[in-house]
Order: sequence, then structure tokens, then C-alpha cells
Amino acid sequence: MSQTILDLDDVSVSFDGFYALTDLSFSLRPGELRSIIGPNGAGKTTFLDVITGKVRPTKGDVTLRGKSIVGLSEQKISRLGVGRKFQTPRVWENLTVQRNLELTASPNKNPFALLTETLSDVVKDEVFKIMEYVGLAPYAKWQAGSLSHGQKQWLAISMLVAQSPDIILLDEPVAGLTDEETSKTADLIKSLAGEHTVVVIEHDMEFIRDLGAPVTVLHQGQKLTEGMLEEVKADPRVIEVYLGESDDD
Amino acid sequence: MELVFSQILDGLSIGSVLLLAATGLAIVFGLMGVINLAHGEFMMLGAYVTFVVQNIFRPLGGTAFELYYIVALVASFVVTALVGVLLERTLIRRLYGRPLETLLATWGVSLILIQFVRSVSLAMVLGIGVTALLGWLAQRFLPMSLKQASFSSYLGGAVWALAGVLGIFSINIFVSFGRFFSNPWFGPRNIDVTAPKWLQGSWGSVAGIELPGIRIFIIVLSALLLAAVAWFLTKSVWGVRIRSVTQNREMSNCLGIPTDSVDSITFGIGSGLAGVAGCAITLLGSVGPNLGASYIVSCFMVIVLGGVGNLVGTVIASMMLGIIQSIIGSGSLLIAFPDMPSGLQAVTEFFATTSMSLVLVFIFIIAFLQFKPTGMFPQKGRSVDA
Amino acid sequence: MKLFKRLIPWILLVFAFFILPVMADKDLFGFSQFRLNLFGRYFSLAFVALGIDLIWGYTGLLSLGQGIFFSLGGYAIAMHLLLVTKNDFTTGANGLPKFFENYGVDQLPFFWEPFWSFLVSIAAIFIVPSIVAGLVGYLIFRNRIKGVYFSIITQASLMVFYHFFNGQQKLVNGTNGLKTSTTEIFGLQAGSDDAQLLFYRITLILLPFAFLLCKYLTSGRFGDSLIGIRDDEPRLRFSGFNPTPFKVIVFIVAGALAGVSGALYTVQSGIVSPQFMSISMSIEMVIWVAVGGRGTLVGPILGAVVVNYLRSLVSEALPEAWLFVQGALFVFVVVLMPDGIYGWFTKGGFRAMLAAFGLAKKTATYPKLDLDESAQSESASA
Repeated sequence: MSQTILDLDDVSVSFDGFYALTDLSFSLRPGELRSIIGPNGAGKTTFLDVITGKVRPTKGDVTLRGKSIVGLSEQKISRLGVGRKFQTPRVWENLTVQRNLELTASPNKNPFALLTETLSDVVKDEVFKIMEYVGLAPYAKWQAGSLSHGQKQWLAISMLVAQSPDIILLDEPVAGLTDEETSKTADLIKSLAGEHTVVVIEHDMEFIRDLGAPVTVLHQGQKLTEGMLEEVKADPRVIEVYLGESDDD
Repeated sequence: MELVFSQILDGLSIGSVLLLAATGLAIVFGLMGVINLAHGEFMMLGAYVTFVVQNIFRPLGGTAFELYYIVALVASFVVTALVGVLLERTLIRRLYGRPLETLLATWGVSLILIQFVRSVSLAMVLGIGVTALLGWLAQRFLPMSLKQASFSSYLGGAVWALAGVLGIFSINIFVSFGRFFSNPWFGPRNIDVTAPKWLQGSWGSVAGIELPGIRIFIIVLSALLLAAVAWFLTKSVWGVRIRSVTQNREMSNCLGIPTDSVDSITFGIGSGLAGVAGCAITLLGSVGPNLGASYIVSCFMVIVLGGVGNLVGTVIASMMLGIIQSIIGSGSLLIAFPDMPSGLQAVTEFFATTSMSLVLVFIFIIAFLQFKPTGMFPQKGRSVDA
Repeated sequence: MKLFKRLIPWILLVFAFFILPVMADKDLFGFSQFRLNLFGRYFSLAFVALGIDLIWGYTGLLSLGQGIFFSLGGYAIAMHLLLVTKNDFTTGANGLPKFFENYGVDQLPFFWEPFWSFLVSIAAIFIVPSIVAGLVGYLIFRNRIKGVYFSIITQASLMVFYHFFNGQQKLVNGTNGLKTSTTEIFGLQAGSDDAQLLFYRITLILLPFAFLLCKYLTSGRFGDSLIGIRDDEPRLRFSGFNPTPFKVIVFIVAGALAGVSGALYTVQSGIVSPQFMSISMSIEMVIWVAVGGRGTLVGPILGAVVVNYLRSLVSEALPEAWLFVQGALFVFVVVLMPDGIYGWFTKGGFRAMLAAFGLAKKTATYPKLDLDESAQSESASA
């Protein structure tokens, strides 16, 4: 157990009798980079919902560093070091890029600290470094709502980096990005792994190949198989599930 | 015990009125996420339509007059439904996806409706006609070059404002024609509707307890209407469309369901139900322009307690509210159980007015929400908002 | 130019503080003592509008129950004035406020006792509403009730308080309310011109403090998190923030501002009654903010003064027309001017109109905010 940072143990989630996840077991080692693929409706998003506390598992246990996090609120789990990027890039549209980042980077998240403490220079520098890295620095004073879709994706990922959680969960980080941006995102994610534990959910097989990380295939709420991308793609069950779609993506 | 029973009947009939009104509110809320603060004023409109129909039938006398109430029921539904559709097409539609703004705008509409009922007179109706005519003519005969100019929207506003000012002037002119023009039709005072003979008095008795006709009629009416609504929503083509839009608007739109018409129809039905509720209220006592305010908050409580889009929840919540209000509010518990302990008696006495029973109901609801934040009957399934 | 724009509100404030009373005294330009008193009332209503702007404009929670806190503040000061004043108008035979005689009450209800003290009463003006707001807010926000549900629950609580105050004649004189105009304060009769001028000045002195408090709350990362709650609350949760205390704090501050507002309004209108807790009054407060411009701090003050001044003018000319005008104003502002008057000017609506008539150069529409200086300074302070 000491080898893993996050464990899902026989987790099931049912909505009104419909099982989004069925007896799913899954574990992550610290510093690992893991990709998750699966056709639509495979339970990928619900999988993240269970980890981040948005959905409570009907059955089974989720443990973070050996302690159960089932029933904790989203903010508690987040403070324990789990960060998440949503499928659609969610940023605070009426705040500037810089303020979006500074807010997530705030070390103290209680209202009185936010009122009285000024942000330390270390954090401010960190925010600027991130903006420089992802090319958002010229837009620091822009309202996030006026950014393009791709820039919002970058901002959403940057906010996660600024928050600097131990476990980073990325739901479709390259949806709507150009090829160039996609490969840059892959570089960014690879550089995050090691220091952080990273889980990436994507449909884009090219991108998954770029990451070169072990792949878990979900199907109908269950783990179909696990392994490197080439092995997984050779698996007849996976081919059946994707109905030959996998290569054309 | 008989007293308690008759209070329960009272409560059920008040609950039935609430049920009709709250169902209308809940259907609209479920579909569009919109709370219509003018809903109470739609009830008031229904009541006034009943009053008008009664006055039209009164000279006929005899059997024809006895039947006015049936006509009034239909008329109040149709008129309020039409007003509702008009409101949806002109205002609500522009505010789609901004529920809080809709709340405020519909409140503005409710103010206009209240004052309209208070001061409507022939002169005013003619004045509104003048405004509408002038505005329409101006739009019609405005040169094309002006209409396509960059400032056309400001110009349109100015034209309507001007038409409005001219309308106000014309009201002043009409008023000077004499009392026939200037007399308000209803005025700010309460109006009374006489229930037809067949509704007055008792409809027989069960186990020695009289069944007051009006109360039974209201209960049966709302049960029938609710069944009709349930049938409409589950079995009819438009009902299925309404439910599909309620569950997933975008997908329904993609599947070729005319969401615009669905919105209008739903809003119309919801408003119409409020009108019928208003028609029923006239049987319970005199009604005035401020009728809406006293019912709308109770309707909200029903929705909070019963959940949205859940007819069973709405039924149970409204009946509970009606009964609690009538049993505790009337103080009949004190009479029925004279020998309760003094502490309990003091508490019961404290809440034994209509307004204080509302206070009690509200405390109960807040306490209830601490355990079940989503109401008695939460909607299940994967929530759409992430 | 930028500096000048910033100074305008302060210049107006100084004008209102020094020049208007002189004008009223000398009856210049038809500006009378009566008008001055009315303006004092409008400015006192600006406090409650600022509070509503905090919870609605910034945090996105539409409270339709601010009348509760407004009235609580009004009742607090009225109870104190009624207790300490001893004259034939307000004091009954048994030494208690006169209205108690009507209901045969000869023992002061226990919750009146603390209001003998001036300091306690002044504190109660904002502390009592804060406590009620904190309690109600905590119970509501704890359960993640928001959006329309929050609005209708606050409205229902308003009705509850209304019914309670309306029904309890023996405690607070029921529907008649408490009259302060015949009481005495600082040796002056509260209804006299001198006292009214004093109240007017106190209102204008306190207003900048309320403004600066709101500025302090909205300018830093605390303010950013409020906007975060408005724009995307779940996102804030997933970033490790618990939105509940933020909302409770803002609701408390808004409640306290409403309490101060109610107290200042009560002494200037001469009475506090359950009418202050009517459904319509609380919604009107929201519309002042909407008309002035929500999400800005100048907007609510502007809105409270402008709408109420308009109300006085219309009601004096055509009493029946006010509800029509008000209703139309609601609809107009919500549909066509969602940023309010102030927002319309600062966010380029005014310039767009001039441009449409060919009176100003068209500005680039994208990125509009970046080019618009005033919008920049607004968003920087927001």
C-alpha cells in the first residue's frame, strides 16, 4: 500500500439503477503519468467525479495516501492535493488571466487570509513563470472570458499547475487545440510527471502516443485492460470496443 | 373532532388552490428554469375574469346565470394563458438563461398588472390603443433608409416612447369626455363574486359531518385538472415534447422539436392554471388587486418542499401547507383539545393566527431543508451541471 | 482625465454635504428643507443598495429579503428613541412608550431592556441584522442552495418577518410601527429641521465609509473569489475553496449595511413599520442596484438616489402612474440595460450610441475591454 498514492477499491457508482462504474479497482504510484482512454459513456468522467468528491460511490472505497476520502467535500479533497481540469475549460471569465492564476495559487484558502494577506513574491513569480511558459503573459490583464478557446484550455491547465496539487487530473486537455499546441501540451504534461502524479483522459490517440505513458482502457464502467499503448491497441477486446475507430482518431 | 374534520376540509381546499397555482409555477420552472413572479398576478387576473363573466351573465338571470361559473372557469384559463403566451414571446424569451433577471423583469410585469387592474378605465384602454396604433403605424411608414441606419434601434425606442407620451395625452383627452370614459372598471377596492346556487350550501353529509359544496367542488376541480395535466404531460405529443425539452433542451432542439413553441405552450398552460386557481379563489372570499402577493410565497414554499417537476411532491406539499395553515392558524386545535398541557397551549396560541401559522410553516421548511436540501422528492440522475 | 473621472463622485459628495443644505436654507432654485430631507433619505437607502451589490452584483446571489435587515436596523434605533424620550407625545402614563397603553401592556417586554443604552442601541443597528443574516445565510448556504431557490427562500423569510412584526402588537405595535418623529435626540426633536439636517450630514459622512468598506472587500483576492463564486462556483470548490464562509460573510456585511440604512432612513422618515418588510420594498432595493449598475460600487449609490428621486417626482405629478413607471423601468433595465446607467457609460454603451448617430468614432469591438480605459480601471478595482 505504501507504494501507491491513490487507490480505488471495488468502486461502483449507480445513477438510478444505471451503473456508470462497476467494481472498478485502480491505483496510482506517486509521480506516475497515466493515460485513460475509452469510448463515450465508458465512465471516464464519473471516474474523476468519484476521485474529486463530486459523486459519492455507491459501493467501494477511495483512498488517498492510505486514508479514505469518501464523503469528503470537493474543497477538502482539493486541499489534500487533488486538482482537476474539466472537460470544457472552466475559468472565471470576469477575472483577468493573472487574477485567475493568483486565486488558484493562493496558499491559504480561507476568506480572512484572502482579505488580510498579500500574495507573497514567491507565488507571484511562480504565476508569472507559468504565464511565460504557456505564452499567456501578454494577456495577463485580459479578462479570461475574452480569450480564445485554446487559450482558455491553456489557462485552465495553468491554473492547475499554479495550484500545484500532488495529483493532477486532466479531462481532455487538448480538445480543440491545434497540432502544435497539442504537442506543446504533451511536453508540459511530461514535465509535470515525476514531481506530480498525473492522470490524463483523452480521445486523441496521437496525443496519448506522445505522452508515452501506461494506458488504462475503461469500458462500460469497468477496467478493460491496462498496458502500454501498442499492447493495448493490439488487444482484440479493445479493437472490438472501438470498432476499428482507434487508428483514425 | 367534527371541527377538526371541517378544518381539514378547509385546509384541503386551500391546498387545492395552492396546488393548481404551484403546479403551473413548477412546470414552467422545470422547463425553463424561470420563476415567474407575476404568477400571483395571473391568479388575480383569473379572479377578475370570473368577476367580469359573472357581470355579463347576471342580466340573463335564471339557469343561464347559474352556469356562468363553468364559462368563467374556461374563460379565466384562456385569458390568463393568452397573457402568459404574450409575456413569454415578448419578454421571457429575451432573457433565456438568465433566471435571476427573469425574476426581476416578471416582478416589473406584476407591478404593471396590479396598477392596470386598479386604474383601468375606458379612457385608458383607448389610450393604450392609440399608443399601439401610433407605434405600429410609425414602424410601418418609417422610410427604409432610416430603418437600416445604424441608429435604428435607438430610433425605434424613441418612436415607441413618443407613441407612449401621445397615448398618455389621449387618455387625458378621453377622460374629459365624462365619467363613462374616466370611471375605473374595478378600482382599488376588493370585488365580490357570488357563487352560483348549486355550489352554495351543503352537498350532503358523511357520518354526520356536512360537506360544504364550495370546498368539495374546489378539491374535485383541482384533482380533475391535475389528472388532465398529468395525462397531457405523459400521453400527448406536446406533453412528451415538453418533457424532452425539460430533460435536455439542446438535444431536443437538435432532434427537431420546436423548443420555441414548447416554451410558449408550457408558459401558457402554467399561466392558465394560475388563472383557474384565481377563479377558484373567488369562491372562498372577496378578492382584490393585491391577491397575488399573498399566494405567491406559499406557492414558493410548495415548490421548495415538493421539488420541481414532481407532481406527487407538489400535491403532498400543497396539501400539507393548506392543512397546517387552516388547522393551526384558525386556532381550532385549542378548541378541539381544551385539556392540553399549558406549555403546549401557550405555543399553540402563539401561532394561532393565519400569519403566525405561515411563520411556523416557514420554520418547518428551513428545518426540513437542513436534512433534505433538495426537497422531499429530489430529482435523481446525473446532474447536468459539473 | 482618468483622475477627474475618479473624482466626480467625491466632488458630488462634497457638493451634497456643503452646498445642498445652504440651498435648502435659502430656498434657492426651489430646493426646500423638505427636498433636503428627501435627499437624506435617498442617500441612506444607498447603504442597503451597496450591500445588495455585494451579494448580487459581485457574488451573484439575488437576495429578495434585505428588507428584514433594513427594518431590524430601523426598529433598533426607534426602540431606543422611544424609550429614552420622555414627553407627552411618546410617553404613556406608566412611563413606557405610549402605544403599550393601547394593548394594556404595563411591563416592558424583555428584549426592549438593552435599548435603554445609547451605545448598545447603536451597536444593535448593525449587530442584530448581522446575526440574523449570519444565521439565515449559514442555514441556506450550508446546503448549497443557490440561484432562484436562494431568492425565493429569502423572500419567504421576509414574509415570515413581516407577519411576525405585523402580528405582534403587544411587542412592537404591530402594523402601526414605531413613530420616531416626536422623539428627542441630542436635545433636538427628531422631526425638527435641525435634527433632520444633522441626520442628513451623518448619512453623508457615513456613506464614504460604507463605500470604502465595499471597495476593500471587493478589490483584493477576497473580491476575486466572490466573482469566482458568481462565475463558476464548483470550479472554486475544486480549487480548494469552501464557498460557504465567503457567502456567509458577504451576506452578513450586506445585512449590516442594510441595518445602518434602515436606521438612517427611519429617523429621516419619522417612522419604522412592517411596511419596510413588504415584498415590494425589498425587490425595489434590488432594482436600484440594477438601474445604477451592478458589479460596480458607484452604481448602487447612483441607482438608489436616481430611482427614488424619480419616484418622488412621478408620485407628486401622477400618483397612479408610479407603479407603471416602476414596472416599465424594471423591464427596461433588465432587458436592454443589464449593466445599469453607470455600466452603460463605463462599458461603452454611451459611446456606442454616439457612434450609431455618427457623433463619435467607432471603437474596435474586439478586444473592446482592452481599449476602453474606464472599463480597465473598473475591472482593476472590481
